[in-house]
Amino acid sequence: MTTEEIMAVAQGKAPNETFVLNLGPQHPATHGVLRVKLTMDGEYITRAEPVPGYIHRMQEKMGENRTWAQYLPNTSRIDYLSAMAYTHGYVGAVERAAGIQVPPRAEYVRVITSELNRISSHLVWFGAFLLDLGGFTPLLYAFDDREKILDLLEGITGSRLTYSYYRFGGLYNDVDEDFLGGTREFVAQMRPRLGMYRTLVTENIILRKRLEGIGVITPEQCRKYGATGPVIRGSGIAYDVRKVEPYSVYADFEFDIPVFPEGDSMARYLVRMEEMGQSLRIIEQALAKLPDGPVMAEKVPRVLKPPAGDYCYAVEAARGRFAVLVVSDNKEMAYRIKLRTPSFSNLSLFEEVSQGMMLPDALALMGSLDLVIPDIDR
Amino acid sequence: MSLPEPFRLLAYLLGIMAFVGLNAAYLVWVERKGAGRFQRRPGPTEVGYAGLLQPIADAVKLLTKQVIVPPGADATLFRLAPVVVLAPALMCLAIIPFGPHLVAREINVGLLLLFAFGSINVMAIMIGGWASRNKYAIISAARVVSQDVAYEIPMLLVVITMLMVTGTMDLNQIVRQQAGAFWNWNLFKLAANPLMPVTFVIFYICMLAETNRAPFDMAEAESELVAGAFTEYAGMGFGVFFMAEYANIVVGCAVATVLFLGGWQSPIGILPGAFWFLLKLYALVFSVVWVRWTFPRTQFYGLLNLSWKILIPIALFTLILSSVMLKLF
Repeated sequence: MTTEEIMAVAQGKAPNETFVLNLGPQHPATHGVLRVKLTMDGEYITRAEPVPGYIHRMQEKMGENRTWAQYLPNTSRIDYLSAMAYTHGYVGAVERAAGIQVPPRAEYVRVITSELNRISSHLVWFGAFLLDLGGFTPLLYAFDDREKILDLLEGITGSRLTYSYYRFGGLYNDVDEDFLGGTREFVAQMRPRLGMYRTLVTENIILRKRLEGIGVITPEQCRKYGATGPVIRGSGIAYDVRKVEPYSVYADFEFDIPVFPEGDSMARYLVRMEEMGQSLRIIEQALAKLPDGPVMAEKVPRVLKPPAGDYCYAVEAARGRFAVLVVSDNKEMAYRIKLRTPSFSNLSLFEEVSQGMMLPDALALMGSLDLVIPDIDR
Repeated sequence: MSLPEPFRLLAYLLGIMAFVGLNAAYLVWVERKGAGRFQRRPGPTEVGYAGLLQPIADAVKLLTKQVIVPPGADATLFRLAPVVVLAPALMCLAIIPFGPHLVAREINVGLLLLFAFGSINVMAIMIGGWASRNKYAIISAARVVSQDVAYEIPMLLVVITMLMVTGTMDLNQIVRQQAGAFWNWNLFKLAANPLMPVTFVIFYICMLAETNRAPFDMAEAESELVAGAFTEYAGMGFGVFFMAEYANIVVGCAVATVLFLGGWQSPIGILPGAFWFLLKLYALVFSVVWVRWTFPRTQFYGLLNLSWKILIPIALFTLILSSVMLKLF
């Protein structure tokens, strides 16, 4: 069946011999409680309708009845895999609202921990994606590396997944020698591991055949749906919040934005693999430049009452642009918190791009979007 | 043979059933242990020494579970499928020569019988998938049929090539022809057909596809089709499918051993034939486990393309080549 024929069925011009396949909310490939209603013609997808909302927790509404500080732990739980960046987004927005200056040491540590967290998030994606493609073994190798990152972060934050490490004006506590030495060691260990993944996994012929030319997303589609992160960079647009609107101290570092113009699943795969190497570069530079000094701004009031107004702060999370808009009316709670999460926009692409694809290819596409379900539902 | 014929057959029947049962149970253990080692983890360790009692614990668990027939399913076919999947594998083992005299039934059309019975397990998976009345199971059943049609052809072409080289369908006769050191094995009979190793590789790939093993596990494809045709099976119904998978691997590897690796022939002339047969057999089985934990799954159409566009032309070429060689020399 050609794509035209499928389109004819989809537009009602040909007899409908399709059936509805319910992918999820409990399905091994959706990695969470995402449900996709697939209209199938044999193994071809004529329509894919994502049905989010199974893990909707009213994260935005919760911001309106908690104090500024009480809302802080929530941010780690939106995208639990890149919790550091999400806390960074919220903390940054509140700091901008309250006009708090963060000391340089705190900013550098934020960059180091955010980048470590990005690597660990990409490692989870790497393992889970290969699992979607039917390869079990890389998952265990990836988790081996991720374990080292979690141990490092646990040492300074006391938590392995939902860190809440950044506070308004700085950090919860200073980093110690164990962390700095451990991170240096990790960077040295991780480089050869990335080389190993390249030779063992990236160059595997079955993997390349499964990903090359599958799920091509055009730059126009990216713009239409507001896709960001590795998805847009895999479509040839060098959009990275760290470069286009540098926040924190990212302007001080030298790093490249990996861009692949093909727009297929392989391009998105390669973007993430390259990004891990770039994150290592940033960590290395930040460790070398790490200044001394306090990690907490002086005179941060116990009860924050930022002046009335709208404040926005965007960060590059592992899945793309995460932006927080806080609206303050000079009270101890926010008037409104709006979260712009990357997975939601990236999922929106799925319906259009998956049309006419075969089920396994569509799942490869979904895996390459790197969806985190609480990030979609919030 | 000192035993009268009916008792001899009964003894072999029991032996083969025990062999299949033990293999199914302990290949699961080998698979899990092997997977563990490939993934830098220990695998099962808790039940018994090095987890050796794990298969028994699993079997007890599966046996005590209720066998659920989902509402709306075709109950008769649903119950029939696990039987149909395991029986042919047992049949095939009856004619495999484990040693010079260790064979339940020597048949002069053994090869034909093997492939006749070998094709039945496809039908069983199809019946199971269809009877489940589950969309994932039906997709899987459809996949299995087209996959096996595609891979039966290169496999049989390879077997015809082998038939030309050996000139007999009697498995024991085929093994006897390969006596002596390892260069007498069919795998290295380059004088009969210079592409013999290629033939073996084609046979091996087809065997993986026929037994629905990774990277060609389209029937199960757990990240796409949940558990494919086995989605609705619980308890021992599932357990029998699981056993049949390993029984089919053993049969497939046994056939490869007989056809290409000299069966029970010892390359150095010591130790009994059964030892060498099992050694070769389990070396192949281990390679099957190794492949599973190394490669990702292929695409379904990639799989069909591999068969129709690559394997069948090569198999045809080797067939023609060996007939030409046969005519010339």
